[in-house]
Amino acid sequence: MSDNPIFAEIKAKIDANPVMLFMKGTPQFPQCGFSAAVVQILDYLGVEYGSANVLESPELRQGVKDYSDWPTIPQLYVKGEFVGGCDIVREMFENGELRAFLEEKGVPVAA
Amino acid sequence: MAVAETIREKLAAAFSPARLEVRDESHLHKGHAGARPGGESHFRILIVADAFQGMSRLARQRAVNAALKDELAGPVHALAMTALTPAEAGETGQ
Repeated sequence: MSDNPIFAEIKAKIDANPVMLFMKGTPQFPQCGFSAAVVQILDYLGVEYGSANVLESPELRQGVKDYSDWPTIPQLYVKGEFVGGCDIVREMFENGELRAFLEEKGVPVAA
Repeated sequence: MAVAETIREKLAAAFSPARLEVRDESHLHKGHAGARPGGESHFRILIVADAFQGMSRLARQRAVNAALKDELAGPVHALAMTALTPAEAGETGQ
């Protein structure tokens, strides 16, 4: 587990950003529909978040999959906790759970 | 065997689902980096099973991902899923 040097980098990003999104592309220019969907939801909620583009680094792309034990991208972390990928974020958003979850975690959300 | 068929068989064996739909949506991702000319790379599944009772969303997806580990490591580039219990799906399961 911890012998992978990329894990420290991933953990540092998660620790530094209360809301951290590992995605393909950037929030301004997502390069995958699933990543774009999560960006759209976070932007809609007015949440500030950090992001990392896994397409820039094969080590990061594989590393975050291993780190989270989750086979796909995007991956969303809130306050260090793995929330899930696109399906989970979308389901939580659609039934109002995501906003409640973020508020509960102390993440500012637009009214 | 077609990838969709393999997915169907593995999920049926792992969860004895009351309902299982596997859709190949590869055509929607043509030209995308993970898409292959032959398709069979992007799938969407709906699975309704008693086995998901008491499991969080995350746990359900982890269980499905684990059942399809080989496929996700190989031909399957993307897997969108909805995993519900019969009660959540509004089905009795009878």
